[in-house]
Amino acid sequence: MPGPTPETLTAPLVVEFPFTRSLGPVQSAFLTGLRERTVLGVRTRDGRVLVPPVEYDPVTAEEIRDLVETAATGTVTTWAWNPAPRRGQPLATPFAWVLVRLDGADTALLHALDAPGPDAVHTGLRVRIRWAVRRTGAITDIACFEPYDSPAAPRATAHSGAFADPVTGITTSARLDYTYTPGRAQTRYLTALAGRRILGERCPACHKVHVPPRGACPTCGTPTDEQTEVGPRGTVTTFCVVNIKAKGLEIDVPYVYAHIALDGADLALHGRIAGIPYDRVRMGMRVEPVWTEGARHPDHYRPTGEPDAPYDAYKELL
Amino acid sequence: MTRDVAIVAFAQSDHRRRTPETSEAEMLLPVLRDVLDQAGLDPGTPGFTCSGSSDYLAGRPFSFTMALDSVGAWPPIAESHVETDGAWALYEAWVKLLTGEADTALVYACGKSSPGDLRAVLTRQLDPYYVAPLWPDPIALAALQTQALIDAGATDERALAGIAVRNRRAATANPHAQLQGSAPAERLLEADHLLRPLRTHDAPPISDGAAAVVLAADDTARRICPRPAWIRGIDHRIEPHGLGVRDLTDSPSTRLAAEHAGAFTAPVDTAELHAPFTAQEVVLRTALRLGDDVLVNPSGGALAANPVMATGLIRLGEAAARIHRGASDRALAHATSGPCLQQNLVAVLEGERP
Repeated sequence: MPGPTPETLTAPLVVEFPFTRSLGPVQSAFLTGLRERTVLGVRTRDGRVLVPPVEYDPVTAEEIRDLVETAATGTVTTWAWNPAPRRGQPLATPFAWVLVRLDGADTALLHALDAPGPDAVHTGLRVRIRWAVRRTGAITDIACFEPYDSPAAPRATAHSGAFADPVTGITTSARLDYTYTPGRAQTRYLTALAGRRILGERCPACHKVHVPPRGACPTCGTPTDEQTEVGPRGTVTTFCVVNIKAKGLEIDVPYVYAHIALDGADLALHGRIAGIPYDRVRMGMRVEPVWTEGARHPDHYRPTGEPDAPYDAYKELL
Repeated sequence: MTRDVAIVAFAQSDHRRRTPETSEAEMLLPVLRDVLDQAGLDPGTPGFTCSGSSDYLAGRPFSFTMALDSVGAWPPIAESHVETDGAWALYEAWVKLLTGEADTALVYACGKSSPGDLRAVLTRQLDPYYVAPLWPDPIALAALQTQALIDAGATDERALAGIAVRNRRAATANPHAQLQGSAPAERLLEADHLLRPLRTHDAPPISDGAAAVVLAADDTARRICPRPAWIRGIDHRIEPHGLGVRDLTDSPSTRLAAEHAGAFTAPVDTAELHAPFTAQEVVLRTALRLGDDVLVNPSGGALAANPVMATGLIRLGEAAARIHRGASDRALAHATSGPCLQQNLVAVLEGERP
């Protein structure tokens, strides 16, 4: 019967990834140049100078390699005042986001402008690069821009793009923080698990019992909300022997990971088999969950000692 | 073979700031059931299924495959997914129906932004070499675009507040909208800037929500729907990813998509524009040559509800629904993706006149 929906479960979830990317020749020259306090652009066939430079012409898509050096001074083409800097942004105090057209360039570069307040910023403001003290060959080698009154000097001079020890790749780390919520069906399932009960949900259309439940029958798409307790005993439908130790996992190899059809369920779930040598595990073996103190999920499944289930009893669940 | 393809049904969830009690599949279920019921189709029976979503929003890898639990995917269905707004899923389904390989298609999209920090998440779609390491969020980028428009004399903060007021007041007639109604512009302008020149009213709400449409071809469409919203043209175009390469005060990609969709061959009476920020409506109205006689965003648009990945599909659905109920004869629907209107899709929908 539909039970009351328990309180919503939540858990912090952090997704963190260091992206490692190789650079094309133009990107490599540009980022190496920043390390050496030199700003390089690339000239398109129609004579425009793009800063930041790209490998291919944005209009014609042809490969472009004609590098030029521009000034470290430029003009703000548009701006926005950021009163509350966020994690990872170039400055920790309020600053202006700016697009800056460097002298000698025809396109603008996005970065931060260090200014005392929005009244000190306007489109057309003359600025210059403030270089980071520690430079590695990245866009953050430009610490930010700062206001700097100087005459515009729109000249770009040819540059070979050659530097000692060029940067050939970048690694950028990214972290995103989430609050994970499992939804109604999985909340019911997880709440029952805390009491060492395993709850499936029956599809009202095809009558199959799915565990873990996700709120909808995965075969016919019908909403499910009728809970039914399954297991705790079940049958190994198929299994594999794991010989590679996973990073951070305490379990010794080899061990067995299995599909287990809990009694009363029409869908097998995954679990580790222990309490028996790995080479004695077999299809049809009867198992039961082993719970450990303080853990929501069963730690593993162990043999019950019952006779093996006949193949016909679980062949539809393989 | 020429075929005519129409939107024959549209459904959406109520859009909310947060929905911690439901998974994406659970959020989609009632929407899919609603749209299939409208079309008289059983789950699993549409000839093609295509969806739009992004795993980054809720931070759940392969959430789009989990969402498939809601569609009735067994026996195996013909299915596809795009990692962008569902409007592009609709485009793929339209192509599929034109080939003659299917007569009906289910298109859906869902976006659950509340588990994460949307402003941080959307920085990850930017150029990873020169831009993403600076973490410029979508509000910052829209603010740069807005200032460029103000500098160009195309709009001012007062006019932008007026756009916010008009959209959110229109949303009072939309039971699914998240923000309904608005204080007058003078009051809105008294607030501090969120990120100058933007105030909170210039930005969309953060929303959880889902939407779905059914497409059908020729006589199948006529059988399902008394007044199908025929897709007379649909096209999408993209601009360079370098923000400093683009003219942020214009949208040549929207104009080109509209030309290819046939938007300029006859006037439209209604336009549903996917403009998450007020100034973007100014850009789109110009690019699409919309006069004051065109009803723009009677639904309240993205300023009233912005379930990212579904907002564009909802524009197509809202425009189609007006044709279904006889409130429009020829409507334009627009969807966007990326920062500052980088990529744009335009569709022209028509109802048959009696």
